[in-house]
This record gives sequence, structure tokens and C-alpha cells, in this order.
Amino acid sequence: MSEKVTKLLKSQGWILADGATGTNLFNMGLEAGEAPEMWNDQHPDRIAALYKSAVDAGSDLFLTNSFGGNASRLKLHNAQKRVFQLNRIAAEIGREVADRTDRTVIVAGSMGPTGEIMLPIGTLSHAGAVEMFHEQAEGLKEGGADVLWVETLSAREEYLAAAEGIALAGMSWCGTMSFDTAGRTMMGLTSRDMVGMVQAIKHRPMAFGANCGVGASDLLRTLLGFAEAEPQLPVIAKGNAGVPKYVDGHIHYDGTPDLMADYAVLARDCGATIIGGCCGTMAEHLTKMRAALENTPMGPKPALDEIVKRIGPFSSEFDGTTEGGPERRERRGRRR
Amino acid sequence: MSDDQDEIILAELDDEELTLQMHDDLYDGLKEEIEESVHILLGRGWMPYEVLTKALVEGMRIVGIDFRDGILFVPEVLLAANAMKAGMFILKPLLAETGAPRMGRMVIGTVKGDIHDIGKNLVTMMMEGAGFEVKDLGINNPVDNYLEALVAEDADILGMSALLTTTMPYMKVVIDTMIEKGMRDDYVVMVGGAPLNEEFAKAVGADAYCRDAAVAVETAKAFMLKKHNSVSA
Repeated sequence: MSEKVTKLLKSQGWILADGATGTNLFNMGLEAGEAPEMWNDQHPDRIAALYKSAVDAGSDLFLTNSFGGNASRLKLHNAQKRVFQLNRIAAEIGREVADRTDRTVIVAGSMGPTGEIMLPIGTLSHAGAVEMFHEQAEGLKEGGADVLWVETLSAREEYLAAAEGIALAGMSWCGTMSFDTAGRTMMGLTSRDMVGMVQAIKHRPMAFGANCGVGASDLLRTLLGFAEAEPQLPVIAKGNAGVPKYVDGHIHYDGTPDLMADYAVLARDCGATIIGGCCGTMAEHLTKMRAALENTPMGPKPALDEIVKRIGPFSSEFDGTTEGGPERRERRGRRR
Repeated sequence: MSDDQDEIILAELDDEELTLQMHDDLYDGLKEEIEESVHILLGRGWMPYEVLTKALVEGMRIVGIDFRDGILFVPEVLLAANAMKAGMFILKPLLAETGAPRMGRMVIGTVKGDIHDIGKNLVTMMMEGAGFEVKDLGINNPVDNYLEALVAEDADILGMSALLTTTMPYMKVVIDTMIEKGMRDDYVVMVGGAPLNEEFAKAVGADAYCRDAAVAVETAKAFMLKKHNSVSA
């Protein structure tokens, strides 16, 4: 199962993951507010087409349509009782698409955040979160996922809960976070913090990294932060195709296929070995990314200004990993 | 340095010291200390409105600045807002009794089709932290929810949030309906959410784009000031 990931990394040196799920499904007619996971059951043909479009564009690995498939998210659609079923189908459709392909294609069972804030600041308990991730993991396992894929997390506590829930299902996993707030996750984690966190986990992921966030530039800077902390695990890069722009009443991501191809090569130079896109990344982006990865030799790690020149500006000056960034203000003192 | 570790006796601080200590305690999210300090100031004869503005709102303003500047993040801000809320809970009945001026009233909600709420909740908490009264409509709101609440709450401000590129255009539907009903100019409309930007806010006819909760608070305060001035002029 998960040896496929290790094997492919060894033979090819890198893995091309997939692009957007949501953006593609909306293009297929998904209505805003609908839970994409319902389509696993209602429109399996469209989900198969989504997976196949990534495979045909050259992806070695694709994520299942189960990002919001945990009890907390599905509850918003009154479908919290269908967690196991909707996840199982998401993986089954993926298994079929992968097995009909004549090269190795990995089915990664997507698991997004619960959307809740955990105790003590929020209301979700550790045990509650573990249970939700476990339940989802069992469904994806039953459906035949090769590996589980936790993504877009922002809280350390939630990442640890996911690791535990997945351990209960006895599955291998990968886990990425979204660094979208001044170069950190919404909860304030830096890229360096993440490396430390991941390496201390008992049921360690087989790879870790960053996805979504702000734009491809920020994501590359996060990769440099990972590299700086000398991670012992393969690094994943799944950045958005630029940033969304509002043009004539429609939303459109400004990252062209050529830009994403350059991003893919730079991501590899920054140390990532599992590379894909996120929101806004379509089949035409993936095709160019694959070609670029195949035809461009590895280069040295780019400097920050090189990234700005080739991909675009960062969303913030600092990302919490270097000296000179803003610091907490001086308190009158005696509390901490 | 070891003296610095000594326990602070809040009741022994003079008014100015205590106010500054409250700013620090909000920054550190210390709920019980804030409650104690509010009681002390009230006991010293401070008007509830003074406690609110000089101690709590000012403290949250500082938290807001450091959140905006990427120094504090969501966990710290939530803790600060919680501490603020505890202080506010003590002050609320007293504010009403003493006829304190109103900071402003806001109706907020995530737009139809969108079920994301962390950003909106943060804005709600920061707005409450700044002394505003906020009616939170939750997620997935059709246009009628907003319009009814604006009237029912006698609100000054409408806040709309969206996290999805597919749902953000709905903000225009709401604003266009307000124009149609001749009520657009009665309210300030602020919009926010990860994929939005200034241009988008302008394109849909909002008064302001707020990139985060701290900016939302500052924007709302500025609009309220303008409103008070134009009323008294």
C-alpha cells in the first residue's frame, strides 16, 4: 500500500500530486453550499472524471473527494451519520481509477480540518477529534486508499489528534498544513515549528508539508523554512495557482500553467519531493508541471528574492523563522 | 529580576497602574485578573463606561494591532477576547443603567452557500471586544436574513463574510437588494474573508474591505465617528 509512495520516490526521485478538487467540481456544476462529498454517492461518474483528469495530466498521486468528510463538517449538511459510507465510496472510486491505469498511481484519502477550535480555547476535545479522524480513516481504508492525507490544518492539537485517529485505523499517512497568516498557520505555527512537531509524533506521517495558503510564493518560502530545520521526512508542496481575482463577476486564479511549472521546479529545488497544486490548479497546470519536473535539472535552493522575481511577491515581510521580524510587546512585567 | 516574579496585588495599584496592568492582562488573556480589576475600578467609583473604554477597549485595541501585524495569532486573540467578555459581562447591566453612549450595533453573517465561520467569529469577538453590540447570524445566510436582522436590531453596520471564491459574489446580491429597497444608505457595509480584496469590495458596492478582525474594528470605529459627527453637525 503505502510502500508505493516510498518506491516511487526512490525510482523517480519525486512524485507529482494532483491539483484542485473544489475548483474543478464547481466547474462541473457543484453549487456553492453543497457538500462535495455527497457527489461520491450521487455523481460517482463525475468524481471518477475528476480523478482521471489528474491521472491523465500526469499525476502519480491524487486525493479523494473527502476533504470535508468528517462528522463535524458533514453535520452542517445533516449527514454526520454518513461519514463511513461517503469516505468509503470516495476511496473506492479512486481505487478503480488507479487500478485501471497502467502505471503506479497512488490513492490518497483526503482528510481536512474539523472546522472546530480545540480545547482549551475552543470547544472540541482531543478525544472528540481523535474519534472523528478515526471514523473517517476507517471509511477511506475500507474503500481501498493507499495512504491517508491530512491537509489544510492550522492547529498543532488537531494535527496530533489526526495522527492518533489514523493510528487507530492502522494506516500510513501524510499531513500538510496551510500557512496563510503572515507566513504562519492561522494558529501561529511557523514552518520550523511544524518540523519539530512532526518529528516528535509517535505515529509519524511518511511525509509532511504545506498546502493551500496564500499563493505559490509564500508556499516556497515555507519550504525553505522546512529545509532550514533539516527535516528527516519527505516534504510535500501543494500550493495554490496564484491568488484569486474577481474579473467581470467571476473568480479566476491568476497563476498560469507556466507559472505553476516554474513553481514546481522551484519547489523541488527548495527540498520538496511530493509536489502538486491546490485551489485553482487544473489539468493544464499539472501537464506543464510534469513536463517541467521531467525536463529541468535540479538547481540550487533559490534565495527569497529569486522566488519573488520568478513567482511573485510574498504576502508578508516575515514568516516567523528569521530574526528581525515583529515581536510581542514588552509587558509591565510580572505575569510572564 | 526575582522581584519581577512577585505576585501583583491588583488592589494595591493606583488607577493608572491598574489600567496599564489590565491592558497587559488582556494581552495575556487572563480572565480572572480582568474580572477582579473591573470590580476594583468600579469600587473606586469609576463610571462603567470609563472602565469599558479606558481599560477594556483600549487593551483590546492593542491586542488588535499586534494581531494585524502578525505578532499575535488566533489562539492569543481568542483568549484575550474571552477575558474581555468576562469583564464586559460585569459591565453590561451597569452600562444600561447609567445610560452610557452606544458604540454601535452590527449584524454579521457568512453569506449563502458558505459554511465557514472561524473568521466571522473572530470579527464578532473583536467587535464585542471593542464595545460593539453584535448580532451574529451564523453561516449560510440568504439575503432576507440580513435585511430582517438589520431592521430588527436597529443596526448601524452590516458585516458579510465568505471564504469561498464561489460564494463571495453573493455579497453583491445582498447589496443590490438593499439598494432596491432603498435602505443601502442607512447602513455601513463591511466585507471580509480570505479570498476577498479591496477591488472586490468596491466592485460589489461595499463601503469597506476588512482584511482581518483588527481592521474591521478600526473601520467600524471610524465609520461610527463619522456618523456621530454628521448627526451632531
